[in-house]
Amino acid sequence: MADSGVTDGPENRDDIERAKTEGKELTKEEKQRLRKEKKQQKKNKEKKDEKASRESDKEKKSAAPASQPPTQHTAQKAPLAVPASAPVPLPASEAPVPADKPAKSKAELKAERRARQEAERASKQGKKGEVGQQAATGKAKAPPSELQPVVKRLPEHIQVDNPDVLKKLAKKLERQQIPLRSDYGYKVSLFSHLHQYSRKAPLTQQLSIPSTVIHPAIVRLGLQYSQGIVAGSNARSVALLHAFKQVIRDYTTPPKEELSRDLVNKLKPYISFLNQCRPLSASMGNAIKYIKKEISNIPSQCKEEEAKRKLLNCIECYINEKIVLAAKAIAKYSIEKISDGDVILVYGCSSLVNHILCEAFEKGRKFRVIVVDSRPRLEGREALRRLVQRGISCTYVLISAVSYILPEVSKVFLGAHALLANGYVMSRVGTSQIALVAKAFNVPVLVCCETYKFCERVQTDSFVSNELDDPDDLIVTRKGKTQLEDWQKVDSLGLLNLVYDVTPPDFVDLVITDLGMIPCTSVPVVLRVKNVDQ
Amino acid sequence: MELQAVLMAAGGGSRMTDLTYNTPKPMLPVGNKPLMWYPLNLLERVGFEEVIVITTKEVHKMMSTDPKMKLEPVKMKLDVVCIQEDGDMGTADALRHIQPKIKTDILVVSCDLITDVALHEVVDLFRAHNATLAMLMSKAHEFTETVPGQKGKKKTAEQRDFVGVDQSGKRLLFMANEADMEDGLSIRKSIMRKHPRMHIKTGLVDAHLYCLKKAVVDFLTENKSISSIRGELVPYLVRKQFSKTTNSQKNKDDVDDQNQKKNDGSMNHELLITSRDEPLLQLAQERSCWNDHHGDMSEAYHGGKMRCYVHIMDQGLCYRVNTLAAYIEANRMAPKLFEEPAVHPSAAISERCQMGSDSIIGAQCQVADKTSIKRSTIGNSTIVKEKVKVTNTIIMHGVTIEEGCNIQGSVICSNAVIGRGADLKYCLVGNGQRIEPEDTHTRTHTLMHI
Repeated sequence: MADSGVTDGPENRDDIERAKTEGKELTKEEKQRLRKEKKQQKKNKEKKDEKASRESDKEKKSAAPASQPPTQHTAQKAPLAVPASAPVPLPASEAPVPADKPAKSKAELKAERRARQEAERASKQGKKGEVGQQAATGKAKAPPSELQPVVKRLPEHIQVDNPDVLKKLAKKLERQQIPLRSDYGYKVSLFSHLHQYSRKAPLTQQLSIPSTVIHPAIVRLGLQYSQGIVAGSNARSVALLHAFKQVIRDYTTPPKEELSRDLVNKLKPYISFLNQCRPLSASMGNAIKYIKKEISNIPSQCKEEEAKRKLLNCIECYINEKIVLAAKAIAKYSIEKISDGDVILVYGCSSLVNHILCEAFEKGRKFRVIVVDSRPRLEGREALRRLVQRGISCTYVLISAVSYILPEVSKVFLGAHALLANGYVMSRVGTSQIALVAKAFNVPVLVCCETYKFCERVQTDSFVSNELDDPDDLIVTRKGKTQLEDWQKVDSLGLLNLVYDVTPPDFVDLVITDLGMIPCTSVPVVLRVKNVDQ
Repeated sequence: MELQAVLMAAGGGSRMTDLTYNTPKPMLPVGNKPLMWYPLNLLERVGFEEVIVITTKEVHKMMSTDPKMKLEPVKMKLDVVCIQEDGDMGTADALRHIQPKIKTDILVVSCDLITDVALHEVVDLFRAHNATLAMLMSKAHEFTETVPGQKGKKKTAEQRDFVGVDQSGKRLLFMANEADMEDGLSIRKSIMRKHPRMHIKTGLVDAHLYCLKKAVVDFLTENKSISSIRGELVPYLVRKQFSKTTNSQKNKDDVDDQNQKKNDGSMNHELLITSRDEPLLQLAQERSCWNDHHGDMSEAYHGGKMRCYVHIMDQGLCYRVNTLAAYIEANRMAPKLFEEPAVHPSAAISERCQMGSDSIIGAQCQVADKTSIKRSTIGNSTIVKEKVKVTNTIIMHGVTIEEGCNIQGSVICSNAVIGRGADLKYCLVGNGQRIEPEDTHTRTHTLMHI
């Protein structure tokens, strides 16, 4: 029994004790309170568990049975009214009790504070749950239950049909002096919770021309994102870091401010701006997290010049390690998987897959490539150009022909935009199709992805979080006739231009990362290892 | 800072000497505002806070002292640089002159540009593609008004400009003037190989609005032979996009290339500004799956480092007031650019005056009874007496029109006096001129004798 972690005020406990001793039945509130306490104790026990595992090991566990009797005594001493049905304490949790007696008081206080905070949060959630029900779109707003004292907040970019969220976003942008980009055109109802912008209405229309609020490098970057000049997960991250380098170079700490705090605040409006131009990718998100961490870790006594140099160096290292060297490592692993006489199928233009294939060709492997492409982006043309330029013999088909061509294929190499925490692969729309058909034909599917693209999101379908591109891209003019020119006038017609889709791990046979070749289900392990490292 | 604005207001107005011999071109009234107010207003609306104005001392004096031509509405900080007006200073020479003030990329505007273009279109091309030059052009409109003072329809043989753009209509591939082409239009093979489809347009008006990289200004200081932006610098930059030495494809040391490099080397390195993080930019471009053209084996932009872009307006106003016809047309269209009331509040207009809604009356005017004013612009402090009929006319400031006059399709410059009962059709009356009463003039110029 956890004897630390006093939760509610002692009076409540006294009440309950009294009630118990008097033999009366506990009222509903009291029962609720007891349940709360139970859960908080559980939480405290888990925290103690972590402490135990960090500090000591088996000794404690062996000492556990011995410590049972003393804890019983302490339990009676402690003014805790825990009913008999209290959760059976894990023996390991009692381990730290005898071991670190001097630290117990501190730990006790900490746990008390934590438990109190959780109680407050739980009570707040109870209130929120009633108010927030109508606002929830029924999608994923986690019901604020007492089981999860942590409030789960949905990102605003997938709550576009919620007017409150939009208002909040407008307010936030106004504060940061960034114009709000308005949605364009009719959105298909299944995706009405996502933003849909038009390329012909760039965000720079509403900015002043010599942009003073936003650094010119960021404005240029935003333009390049929204026009598609910089496209592809790796390219976007590298361009982002390049722009941040320029921002850091031009930055001067205002008087009475610290670089570590002020620079992070300066970056926030830039990130909002870039988000408005085009939703951030998972790789960009991870890069931004890294930069923010590095900036906040700068010691305050560091001089500005030195701090800037350090940061620029960090950025260079990050790019070098996570992108350039990772690509080399992945190429090394992949070459083992490519044998002579292979027919490899690739989809769209993934910089990593192209790199792998070029490297394999240089190393002398004999293979041919089938490039599968899809409208409206037709990125496969660019992949085709790069491969043919190197001398690799290629075939080019559209995605509608994939089931006809698969009997010839021996392997499928796919690139990824992000790898989600439940093993799903988020990639260009059409990838899951290819993986599905390949599975049907028993062709191995290998996904190549650097570890910096692993993200902690969990998604099982392509609807909940996606990106909607400009619907006018689907309009094509052939022989002088544009059939879909007036699509907006037709009420029952909606144009949908999805950018991403998720592939379940059952269809993916192997993921090649810079850490090695892992199965899709090992992604959460990698994430955990990464978090521990950081 | 991203962009610095430079306003070129030292031009002489050589193609409309009738109007400019007394008033310098930047101060000519268009819709009762000085001509240079329009580009300044454009810059201010877009968000510029400072403008470097290159002008002559005379104009500077007029700007600050002349009460009729106050530039109050302009809230920006104007940094006026005076140059000698008799010196043969071309626009590029002027840029060279202010080179120490230039710290970033510049936006050069000419004082005679009246437009309502969405400036972000031009600047976005400049930003997104990291271009060396981005300019604005517009489809030319035919001027339908009869030009006063011209006897018969005399079509001046204007030298045509040939502008070649690529399929998207944004990349500038070719620019030449008819005068420079003796044996016809010749296009280099290197351009055709890279851009097999080129649209050549001749009916475009160059708005003289350029976004230039800072490196170009530095390049100008090294090369003192270039004196005009439009005439020499822009065609040079457009040609240099495709020159061998600016392309990074050929890295081998060819012997003949080396000689050429030595000659052009100094010139080209100026233009090829490399940012400090060039390898990063290269990496980003390599990894990006975007290409600006399809169908051949080369990478985006064909590996070229220099790019020139143009934004061609097909809708909206864009006038360059450098001829009399343009001046008249601009006067008609200019009211659409600002929302001030057509009639200035301080003008005293009698009630029995017939005034069309498309006329503009300036400040402190006095318009008497029984006058009819249609489709005209009347300047500040003008006195129009009774029974005057004014149609399709531009009347500048301080003019007195006596009773019973009939003025049609004319331009009356400042401080002129039109005597009683005069009848003017398609005339141009110069500054301070006096038309005798009962005179009838049709299609004449009257200029002051110097």
